[in-house]
Amino acid sequence: MTAILQQIVNGLSLGSIYALIALGYTMVYGIIKLINFAHGDIYMVGAYVAFFAVTLLSMNLGVALLLAMLAAALTGVLIERIAYRPLRNAPRIAALITAIGVSFILENGGILVLKPDPRAFPDPIRWRQIRLMGGSLVLSTQDLFIVGVTVAMMLLLVYFVQRTRTGRAMRAVAYDMQAAALMGVDVNRTIAVTFAVGSALAAVAGVLVGLYYNRIDPLMGLVPGLKAFIAAVLGGIGSIPGAMLGGYLLGVIEALVGGTQFSLFRDAVSFALLILILLVRPAGLLGRNVREKV
Amino acid sequence: MLLELEEVHVSYGPIAALRGISLTVEEGEIVTLIGANGAGKSTTLNTVSGLLHPRSGRIRFRGAEIQRLSPQEVVARGITQVPEGRRVFAEMSVEENLLLGAYQRRDGAGVQRDLAAVYERFPVLYERRRQSAGTLSGGEQQMLAIGRALMARPTLLLMDEPSMGLSPILVQQVFEIIRQINAQGTTILLVEQNAHMALKVAHRGYVLETGRIALEGAAAELTASEQVRSAYLGGA
Repeated sequence: MTAILQQIVNGLSLGSIYALIALGYTMVYGIIKLINFAHGDIYMVGAYVAFFAVTLLSMNLGVALLLAMLAAALTGVLIERIAYRPLRNAPRIAALITAIGVSFILENGGILVLKPDPRAFPDPIRWRQIRLMGGSLVLSTQDLFIVGVTVAMMLLLVYFVQRTRTGRAMRAVAYDMQAAALMGVDVNRTIAVTFAVGSALAAVAGVLVGLYYNRIDPLMGLVPGLKAFIAAVLGGIGSIPGAMLGGYLLGVIEALVGGTQFSLFRDAVSFALLILILLVRPAGLLGRNVREKV
Repeated sequence: MLLELEEVHVSYGPIAALRGISLTVEEGEIVTLIGANGAGKSTTLNTVSGLLHPRSGRIRFRGAEIQRLSPQEVVARGITQVPEGRRVFAEMSVEENLLLGAYQRRDGAGVQRDLAAVYERFPVLYERRRQSAGTLSGGEQQMLAIGRALMARPTLLLMDEPSMGLSPILVQQVFEIIRQINAQGTTILLVEQNAHMALKVAHRGYVLETGRIALEGAAAELTASEQVRSAYLGGA
């Protein structure tokens, strides 16, 4: 029993990272119906910016995190402006292929500029272990930190989307772009803000994963990017609470499978889960039935 | 002259939708565009709103050309549209829909005053202000779409088929609201399939046929015209 509980606790950190990346996928999909396959690579960009901020510029971790968020937001906005906006009215498949292309550019560009070798992410904080239930359940302050930062980001995001004027515009554009334009909403700016926010969240995930695994490399976005995409679809793509739920669910399931003798099948299990859920609920756990506009 | 279209041509790809529309709207008027499905009525409104841009021709609002402006720039000039089919944001609350209508306004106190005024005009919207717009009936959604457009404090209100799909009693109500809004100083360009009602409320009208203006004149003249009676007012 405590063994299972322990795996669930272990899964929460990983789940936080998936959830943070999944939020960007789901927000961008919600507003322009594009699976932004370059999103995982923006998470890599965030991790590297924080890495250089700490190692070269000897910034403290908090400032480095803010800088990483800013740089990732800028990258996301730039990608949207250069690669996706010209294709806004093109068939969806064109934008999707472009997204895959952007992903390759970021990955190979990363290998070229940052060198392919992994780097050790500095971890300036001395984490401690907390033993609970007579020592049978071990909790690291690092896990608490990762989950805490993630939940704080989620609360900020929900406040932003639900309570601010720009958040309202985002929901309006996501629901009916033309009607939003008729209300005087600047659609291009609203889409740019969506990319900025989603990318900044990916940067947070990049920094947290750097702390968690102490290791970053230019291809680090590939697998977590795919997993986060699964998490977003699992929760219901386009749904913000869905991305959060999907991320944590996937993280915990991976940890549970990882704790058994089938640990090598972790990824297979996540994908099998995706297929299973989509068979039963094609719109995802919290997704609404897709309403096609006429 | 508040609004003036001069020889406006609009096409969807190779298909010409407007073939040289010229019309004017004077300050304080209700002007109606009537015509069959596909005559180009909605296209005309969407071109004024900046969703479409003319291939050639000019659109002037208060003397300044606006045919190249984006929708949000058109709204900023004081032109708001109540779109066909209401197009309310179904997943957002009634109040959020109304606040979106005031998206460009920075005068918080003024927005609150206008919100109160919309609720006074449409008490049912006040009762349902926390409900999502998708749960409203068709008539209520039309009230919401009109209220939402008023929240921008437009000089010129473009209305696209506001009576579509409503019961006869509600149709009466909608036209009464149009009359009131106009009486309070808002100029209205009204697109309608219900030519009979539209000509009753309007000062002047234009009859569109396949992208051209076939007929224009005072509403009473059009109502009396043999051509309009047989084609749009069901004979008699």
